[in-house]
Amino acid sequence: MRHYLVLRVIAKLVIPFMLLFALYVQFHGDFGPGGGFQAGVIAAAAMIFYAIVFGLPTARKVVPDRVAETMVALGVLVYAGVGLAGLVLGGNYLDYFVLDHDPVHGQHRGIFWVEAGVAITVSGVMLKIFYMFAGRRSSRDDE
Amino acid sequence: MSFWSHFSYAVTIALLIAGLYVVIARGNLIKKLIGLSIFQTSVYLLYIAPGKLIGGTAPIVDGKHAVYSNPLPHVLILTAIVVGIATLALGLALVVRIREAYETIEEDEILDADRAADRDGHGA
Amino acid sequence: MVAAVAAIVVQRNLFAVVVLGGVYSFLMASVLIALDAVDVAMTEASVGAGISTALLLGALYLCGAEEAQPIRRPWLPLLVSLVTGGVLVYGTLGLPAFSDPQAPIHRHVVPRYVNDAERETGVPNVVTAVLASYRGYDTLGETTVVFTAGIGVIALLRRRRRKGEGQ
Repeated sequence: MRHYLVLRVIAKLVIPFMLLFALYVQFHGDFGPGGGFQAGVIAAAAMIFYAIVFGLPTARKVVPDRVAETMVALGVLVYAGVGLAGLVLGGNYLDYFVLDHDPVHGQHRGIFWVEAGVAITVSGVMLKIFYMFAGRRSSRDDE
Repeated sequence: MSFWSHFSYAVTIALLIAGLYVVIARGNLIKKLIGLSIFQTSVYLLYIAPGKLIGGTAPIVDGKHAVYSNPLPHVLILTAIVVGIATLALGLALVVRIREAYETIEEDEILDADRAADRDGHGA
Repeated sequence: MVAAVAAIVVQRNLFAVVVLGGVYSFLMASVLIALDAVDVAMTEASVGAGISTALLLGALYLCGAEEAQPIRRPWLPLLVSLVTGGVLVYGTLGLPAFSDPQAPIHRHVVPRYVNDAERETGVPNVVTAVLASYRGYDTLGETTVVFTAGIGVIALLRRRRRKGEGQ
């Protein structure tokens, strides 16, 4: 196990920065490159890195299957919910101008929630797919 | 019209036919999927290269620049990249199931097994 | 990039092919930055070289890492590919030259996006503004596609608890 020590230490140092970078890319997507997809993928990559270094059962305790599956559906619901909010408040579906008194601020809110929904779905899907691939025992082991 | 004015198209086509060749000619299913993803990546280049303006900058509006590269292809290709990886994930899941059912992922061996099953059992 | 792709075509060890695919994705991301497509480059680098490589390696572990020798000499696929390439070269001769400001792609709706995006949405990044606001329906569809891929993989790879192997 000795030669895995370097990996474990580096992982413990790097994974918080990866998650922080994912959040930065998500919220700074309005002013620089970034946005929901990139943030979701980077967050999923951080969790996959954790799962590779520390083992799949440990990663499953940190982010259980239930949480990943819920995230998959939750993001799409958030996105559709923003659209419905536009409908309920008097505009068209996915109309951001009616979400606030000031139309530009309404756009800000709409874009914020929409990107959040996208990031949640993308990170949930990538993580869940990795769990399914990695958790399946190889049939070659049975031969 | 010189060669260099259409150089980006030449690179795109070179990558495209390489990806196409891998999809058609190779029998291993995982290699076909990788060839498909190479094909898709060359199409990204096909869309984004014409949007570039020499002397422009990335399409993030600030007061310092007057010329911006075209943002519309970027939006379309962003969607295309994510759809591409969704396709790849689903394709890989199918390949894993095929491997468990047929014990192989070579296309010709799978077809032979299907033909043998049809001959013996008149449809499995 | 062309060299990386040529190596992918010829190489038969699939692990090497996957790693070369990651290299190709990174090179593509660099080219995209040179073409001023910063959002796309970030997405291509993280998705193509990160997630894609991880998923391919996972599938490779479950399947097997060597490609069999092709039985027939692949002359017909090579001919088809080259003929397709020739036809495409002929087709692209009519397309606008690189960095032509009069190209149709720069007319029509894009000047409105670039000029008005900050004023109407308050977001300087035009790509995010177009993606989330001007073309929000497309992004809703794309999120649904990702969702569908996720539940498709869940449906395909789920184990039945009856067999005693449930995770």
